[in-house]
Amino acid sequence: MNRWMGKIKALILLGFVSLVLAACGKENLTALDPKGYGAEVSMDIMILSIIIMIAVFVIVMLVYTVAIIRFRRKKGQENYIPKQVEGNHKLEIVWTAIPIVLVIILAVPTIFTVFDLADDADASESISIDVTGNQYWWHFNYSNEEIQTSQDMYIPVNEKVYLNIDSADVIHSFWVPTISGKMDANPENTNTMYIEAYEEGVYWGKCAELCGPSHSLMDFKIVVVSQEEYDQWVEDMKSVDPEAEPETASAQEGKDLFEANSCIGCHAIGSSPSAVGPNLTNFANRTTLAGVEDLTYENLVDWLMNPEALKPGNKMTGNYPELSEDEASSIAEYLLGLDHSEINPESAGNE
Amino acid sequence: MSIASTQQKGFWAILWDYLTTVDHKKLGNMYIAAGAFFFVLGGIEALVIRIQLAKPENDFISAGLYNEMITMHGTTMIFFAAMPILIGFMNAIMPLQIGARDVAFPFLNSLGFWLFLFGGIMLNLSWFLGGAPDAGWTAYAPLSIQSPGHGMDFYILGLQLSGAGTLMGGINFLVTIVTMRAPGMTYMRMPLFTWTTFVASILILFAFPALTVGLFLLMFDRLFGSAFFDVALGGNSVIWQHLFWIFGHPEVYILILPAFGIFSEIIPVFSRKRLFGYTSMVFATFLIAFLGFMVWAHHMFAVGLGPTANAIFAVGTMAIAVPTGIKIFNWLATLWGGSITINSAMLWSLGFIPSFTIGGMTGVMLGATTADYQYHDTYFVIAHFHYVIVGGVVFGILAGLHYWWPKLFGKVLNEAMGKIAFWFFFIGFHLTFFIQHFLGLMGMPRRYWVFLEGQGLDTGNMISTVGAFLMGIGSLVFIINVVYTTVKGEKAGNDPWGDGRSLEWSISSPPKEYNFKQLPLVRGLDPYWIEKMEGNKKMTPAQPVNDIHMPNGSILPLIMTIGFFIASFGFIYQVDNNLWLIALFGGMAIALGSMLARSLVDDYGYHIHKEDLEKEVD
Repeated sequence: MNRWMGKIKALILLGFVSLVLAACGKENLTALDPKGYGAEVSMDIMILSIIIMIAVFVIVMLVYTVAIIRFRRKKGQENYIPKQVEGNHKLEIVWTAIPIVLVIILAVPTIFTVFDLADDADASESISIDVTGNQYWWHFNYSNEEIQTSQDMYIPVNEKVYLNIDSADVIHSFWVPTISGKMDANPENTNTMYIEAYEEGVYWGKCAELCGPSHSLMDFKIVVVSQEEYDQWVEDMKSVDPEAEPETASAQEGKDLFEANSCIGCHAIGSSPSAVGPNLTNFANRTTLAGVEDLTYENLVDWLMNPEALKPGNKMTGNYPELSEDEASSIAEYLLGLDHSEINPESAGNE
Repeated sequence: MSIASTQQKGFWAILWDYLTTVDHKKLGNMYIAAGAFFFVLGGIEALVIRIQLAKPENDFISAGLYNEMITMHGTTMIFFAAMPILIGFMNAIMPLQIGARDVAFPFLNSLGFWLFLFGGIMLNLSWFLGGAPDAGWTAYAPLSIQSPGHGMDFYILGLQLSGAGTLMGGINFLVTIVTMRAPGMTYMRMPLFTWTTFVASILILFAFPALTVGLFLLMFDRLFGSAFFDVALGGNSVIWQHLFWIFGHPEVYILILPAFGIFSEIIPVFSRKRLFGYTSMVFATFLIAFLGFMVWAHHMFAVGLGPTANAIFAVGTMAIAVPTGIKIFNWLATLWGGSITINSAMLWSLGFIPSFTIGGMTGVMLGATTADYQYHDTYFVIAHFHYVIVGGVVFGILAGLHYWWPKLFGKVLNEAMGKIAFWFFFIGFHLTFFIQHFLGLMGMPRRYWVFLEGQGLDTGNMISTVGAFLMGIGSLVFIINVVYTTVKGEKAGNDPWGDGRSLEWSISSPPKEYNFKQLPLVRGLDPYWIEKMEGNKKMTPAQPVNDIHMPNGSILPLIMTIGFFIASFGFIYQVDNNLWLIALFGGMAIALGSMLARSLVDDYGYHIHKEDLEKEVD
């Protein structure tokens, strides 16, 4: 009997825990389970404010409930006129002063953390990445290392990384909820923020400012790896030979098509700073295709033949000659051979 | 027109009467009716949005259409549903509350209404003329400049038209309250709804010009090749955000303050107790309005304004919690010790207190910049402002409709249906929006056409969609109630609630076209209550029965508006074809011609004679 009860208790506990976990959202996407400095600081302020707010709410609801129950008109009171109270100075001072105190309690740490998160004292000796938002993808330029990549940003764990964020077209907003809060990508200026991830892993990033039809499909990733892996990745990316011969004949055909169809006019391979379309240097190592879909051969062929179906309003549609399925397959094969680094999202102990 | 006009009239005569009326009560009802129509449109758009988000990667509507839906939902609800209905109340009720026979500028009042209506029609015509605006109701540049087609142009011209109408309304109410109060109605004896009308009108006066300027710049960028917001040509798109929010934040208070006013009328009446802390309520209203002008950048914490600006605007934002808190506690203290009746009007008011408290608290949380970096532009924000605007403004509107329906239309809304509508709407509302706080923090930004599978957002979105439909059912029950009441409802007396405190309850329901046969003498706060407590059935008159001077109706406001309406199409389409310049100049000629006619032709109005008045029974 006791055992049985114990099992039920364990089950309820398990159910409750999983419910709470589910309520927190998906790991490495949710802001409620922070794994980076910015997200953690935001979380601290959130918790402080929620505690204050819940306290206020409980008091309001207590008074409210008691008032409604106690002072509801009862039978026989149809003609009862309650005392017409004008006000009460003491009470009014109390409920003015207490909120002022509560606001101060919240305001002081807010101000300190705002300045802390805007601190750029270490910018010169840290890794810095130029982030550019585009309709509907993200470009990452490691200007000090002369590395260009798109969609997946690689950073070392427990290191401050400075991001210089701007936009090539309309306003976007850079948001990796588990690591840090947002920063807008504006066309007219560069905003700087720093991030620091505490754990290796692949973190979801989202665009958080309406930027057109495919706004909701502008996902990207931050791949957090160990320092050694990061160094290795930088090394590999630097030594990419964009002219390298593909391994198979079909892929070679794809490479020729890639050049003949002027894909290469927008998509750089290697460290060329041109970024009209996403840089494809380590395309085969990407976590996703076009930010949202599984990177498989079939999906890639479909994407090449009809990008509009996946990302409405993207800038690739209509800017290259129509591809036959064979041609698309060859290009896909070529692109899936672009895995010039041994460091890929799996190195982050994830996916 | 004379008193005899209350007799049976043909359809065309009634239509003509409404097209030409300058009577504040009729215009008020027209504002409410038109606002309700747009509310239904915005509601349908909301349901389409929720259907699209019912499951992950849904393809119920396309990405482009989705962006049009969200833009139109926001714009319609704010500018063409919530605000007009509130302005309708201000029109219909405020003059009655201060003991006035009409507003100060009846002609302007009519013009304001028609401008609003045609602005709304203009905006919604975009659906049929090549696509609605799609850059969000905030229309951030450069997206709004690059948006193809004419959708954004309809947004600009539609808002410009209705904005002019709103500005006229605001000025009109200010002048009315300053100059037309009945004898004895000092400022500190004005009912709270009149006070909030006054303060909201000040906000309109100072906030709308910022929008007008912004819209003009945007219009020049889109239609005449300027580059105010075009970065490539040396413009700056962040300036649009500043202009928009310098208008946009006070706009929130333009909506919520009158709603506060409505609750401050209803809670005392149904608690049978004077409003607690009247003076502090008035000052809190002013303080909210004042602070409301210095917090616009809290909508822009992620723009990169730098830590100093972000910190200052954070503190300003949090400070608003103090006067708002004063209001909440004053309402609670009004309930405390009262004799509370809970009918539909009171139910909406009581539902408001916890709902709005949550909305206000998430507002403070959003004000904490560091945390806002996470909340910003996610469903947390969506949840917050729906708690404020639905839980505050819409609840206020529905409370006000139940409360003033007898005064506006002479019949009491059905109680049973009122309560059914409330519970559906109330439960649906919390179901829809509470979960969205969490969705936002779980990584769902706002304005997302689809959310991806396997990101833990499925359940929350489904719950939200179910809630939205419950709200839809609630609204439907309310509409049925209106139809039922119109056909079968019981006739209301002067003071159907028995506990009316302010002047509107001392006159017939609906009031005569001249409102007060004799202007009442006001002897304190809650003047009608004072008289009743002393055993008087009516207000003490402040003057003998005299001829009443009334303004004539006029078709000119409508013609003027149609002129501007035609000119707007000219502005939009002259880009495609120069022939449209004819519409532009022709429309302007009609509008300016009617202005000239109005200026040159004297209109002395008419008198209702003393003898006729004496025959009337109150």
